[in-house]
Amino acid sequence: MIITDVVCPFCGCLCDDLVIEVENDEIKTVRNACKLGASKFLKHKKNRKKKPIIRENGNEKEVDFDEAYDYAVKLLLNSTRCLIYGLSNTSNEAIEYAVKIAELLRGYIDNTSTVCHGPSVVSYQTVGYPSCTLGDVKNRADLIIYWGCNPLNAHPRHLSRYSLYPRGLFTERGFLDRKLIVIDVRETDTAKIATKFLRIEPNKDYELISAMRAILNGLEIKQEKIAGVRIEEIYEVIDMMKSCKFGILFFGMGLTQTYGRDRTIDNAISLVIDLNKYTKFSIMMMRGHYNVTGANQVLAWLTGFPYAVDFSRGYPRYNPGETSAVDVLARREVDSAIIVAADPISNFPRESIKHLLSIPYINIDPFYNLSARYAKIYIPTKIVGIEVEGTAYRMDNIPIRLRKVIENNELPSDEEVLKNIYERLIENEDIIEKRYCVRSAE
Amino acid sequence: MKILLKNGIVYDPLSNVKGERMDILVENGKIVEKFSSERDVKIIDCSNKVIMPGGIDIHSHIAGGKVNAGRIMRPEDHMYYIKEIEGRIHSGTGYSLPSTWLTGYLYARMGYTFVATPAMPPLSARHTHEELRSIPIIDKTAYTLFGNNWFVFKYVKEKNYEKLSAFVSFILKSVKGFAIKIVNPGGDEAWAWGGNVKSLDDTVPNFDVTPREIIEGLIRANEILNLPHSIHIHTINLGRPGNYKDTIETIRIAGKFENKKRQVMHITHIQFHSYGGTSWKDFESKSEEIVKELERYKNVTFDIGFVLFGETTTMTADGPMEYYLSRLTGLKWQNLGIEIETSPGVTPIIYRKNSPVHSIQFAIGLEIALLSNPWRYCLTTDHPNGAPFIRYPEIIAMLMFKKFRDKIISRANQAIRSRAIIESIDRELDLYEIAIITRASAAKILGLEDKIGTIKPGYDANIAVYDLNPEKIDFHSVIRAFSRAYLTIKDGEIVVKEGRIVREIYGKTFYVEPLIEEDVEKKIYEDLDYFFKRFYSVNLANYPLDTIYLTNPVKIKTETKIKEITI
Repeated sequence: MIITDVVCPFCGCLCDDLVIEVENDEIKTVRNACKLGASKFLKHKKNRKKKPIIRENGNEKEVDFDEAYDYAVKLLLNSTRCLIYGLSNTSNEAIEYAVKIAELLRGYIDNTSTVCHGPSVVSYQTVGYPSCTLGDVKNRADLIIYWGCNPLNAHPRHLSRYSLYPRGLFTERGFLDRKLIVIDVRETDTAKIATKFLRIEPNKDYELISAMRAILNGLEIKQEKIAGVRIEEIYEVIDMMKSCKFGILFFGMGLTQTYGRDRTIDNAISLVIDLNKYTKFSIMMMRGHYNVTGANQVLAWLTGFPYAVDFSRGYPRYNPGETSAVDVLARREVDSAIIVAADPISNFPRESIKHLLSIPYINIDPFYNLSARYAKIYIPTKIVGIEVEGTAYRMDNIPIRLRKVIENNELPSDEEVLKNIYERLIENEDIIEKRYCVRSAE
Repeated sequence: MKILLKNGIVYDPLSNVKGERMDILVENGKIVEKFSSERDVKIIDCSNKVIMPGGIDIHSHIAGGKVNAGRIMRPEDHMYYIKEIEGRIHSGTGYSLPSTWLTGYLYARMGYTFVATPAMPPLSARHTHEELRSIPIIDKTAYTLFGNNWFVFKYVKEKNYEKLSAFVSFILKSVKGFAIKIVNPGGDEAWAWGGNVKSLDDTVPNFDVTPREIIEGLIRANEILNLPHSIHIHTINLGRPGNYKDTIETIRIAGKFENKKRQVMHITHIQFHSYGGTSWKDFESKSEEIVKELERYKNVTFDIGFVLFGETTTMTADGPMEYYLSRLTGLKWQNLGIEIETSPGVTPIIYRKNSPVHSIQFAIGLEIALLSNPWRYCLTTDHPNGAPFIRYPEIIAMLMFKKFRDKIISRANQAIRSRAIIESIDRELDLYEIAIITRASAAKILGLEDKIGTIKPGYDANIAVYDLNPEKIDFHSVIRAFSRAYLTIKDGEIVVKEGRIVREIYGKTFYVEPLIEEDVEKKIYEDLDYFFKRFYSVNLANYPLDTIYLTNPVKIKTETKIKEITI
């Protein structure tokens, strides 16, 4: 059987033109996908478990799903502060239940953008975010800038599907109609195909952006080099920016995680807003996980805030740096956690991991990853986009419904697991009420 | 569940009930004439209380991509209004941009049971419906944006109204929309290159059509498809001095068309389109001219879009206007261009009492409302553009009491005296007229008067009871009563009791499904294939959404034989 128009659940590009050949519930071939996407489909059976695992006194034992839910609920009811973290590799439907659980338990909820594009979100709360969709880039953009990102390796089809190569209504000749500028600290594969490559010194992005804004706003710069880039080159790039018809600046971790963080992005967005005086210019984050945008969106419509939400006062509160997962763990403030579709043990700071390892936590993930190996209880689930349907958001906030390619009757989906836990918590509502509602206790 | 609302003072304009003492009977979610049996009836004494049908908001941005973009962009807004979790009733934050759970609760608390979100880009319709799905209590619907769609440009240019209607019907079906919404026709396409359209006869760059042709074409498609609502239009040059001329031009387009059942054009937030003057310095009210024109063209309806003093967020699918506004205020700005379809924007604004422009804007809304026939318009603030919807009670009080109006006017900038006429208007609306502009006219304009907006037997039991004695009212008691309904009954369930949410249920979602001949529909398939392959960034197969995103979907079918109509 050949399934067409399959959506790839790997990166923020959410390519929706995959063609997959399935035989007896086995994926045989994957067409149109990049290496990363294809391997997710072809190797989806690797590193999976069929039963939940509970760890007690150093022993592992496999249990039924019902037992696992009860155990998880008991664990949560015995703790006073819970952290829910992850959510970027699952569907919106599952995220909604995660928010409901966090609210009920007066816990923290955070998604992976906290260690990724968190600074970008913070900065767009300061200056705004003039953006567009990838289809707009495809049809109109004649100047593309990649700053601090290497899409050729990280989002392999980004260039061919959306930015440099596709032919749109006003870009009929494809890449011949466009210019590509890459700004990075090293000559990446993307930089090799650029019309113009600016190699800057590490951590000096803020300086370069400030210089660009100064030039754009009519000031003269007397230095010869800024951030390791010759001043003539900066003038040249500014000319290219001003004279284009429709420009777009894509930025990645290289910009968000350098010195200055949200202030750097703040400056970059301001540069784009300034450019709109001369021409049409937009900016876009290169989101990593396929539904990290969705995690931000769902949290925002249910609580009002995109990430790092704290329910301890009974209503949503937001203060990244105080209520974000890394900080909450480092301050040793939580005594239980639910990790959904993420692997914090492999990428959090040491202090945070230390505390996470010392508390009992529940891991809900299709794959048996590093975090799952230290969880008090691990619940395996279906892979969203391969074994179950769900909604996800592309990096430009376009919602796409992920498809089911093969059957898996052995495992529940993330949504079902979280729904089961939520419903069982509701059954114990009186315990929670007693603990948290001082008013009703009085 | 059976409920008897005893001895209330009922205002129900659609059944012509004008403050009569009546009993209202509710059984199994419907209003009934007689209970099936007298057992287990919950009797609620409503003497000296006002009973109205559940409120209807015809234009309020409560869900969708740009609303949520606003939520993400403005965490400061969420500090102004918070709600704690209470048992099974959820928490929420947000004043001008309440989170979804809170949106449902706040509307229900004011006695509202139906809200339409007015600007859904087809490409991100799934997002709008996902948010609507998590808004509790109220019934909801979404209008779909068409004014800047490349398909529309193409068919309008070819004057191929058959294909245009087929396309509109395809999109409405695919994205579960309710009506044709037009925002700044052609302007957003120009904005994709940083420009805008300046008049109705400007040409849209690269597409060789004019805003006037787009509006006319879409009215035609709307009439051919026989949709329940007319086109819902936000015309060009919103918020610019001197734009009243464009509004008058737009109203005149309706003169070419006729429909016996309903209006052919609904102009939304007309207050933002009634400005005179040539710059911000000689900015003035042109409400009289607009009202005069509206008197001549009876087949146009409108809603007001009141402005109230205070901080709020503006959001519209009119991208260039948001950029222009953000450069005026210097505040943060968000643009969300959507390929091929539209280009919304978001920016915060603070309406100040000491600003001459804001004071005149405030006056214009009241002037138009007070000079017009209540059956022609609905009360809106274009939430959150003019003010958040939770401030409707203040507007109601201002329309009902000149004394209250004057109090606010005396605090506003003195330009309100010289460049607006609000002071000379003595009219005060009564409760019956308030019931018209918040309920009856909206139901009628939407073309849903057979489903919502009244408390006749047989209708769904959507009822608001306000603790208000019509014989002894002043503006304090009106604001208090309308802010916190004594009771809100939704589908026969008591959801609000004395201003507190007591139950969470989920309302209906309305959408239309225009049926046309299959072979006519097939004619656009080739174009769809071509456009999606060449220009869209998603595949056609992943574009339509199904009803799993809708809570209790209600399909409104319309049937047309396009071939039999001479176009």
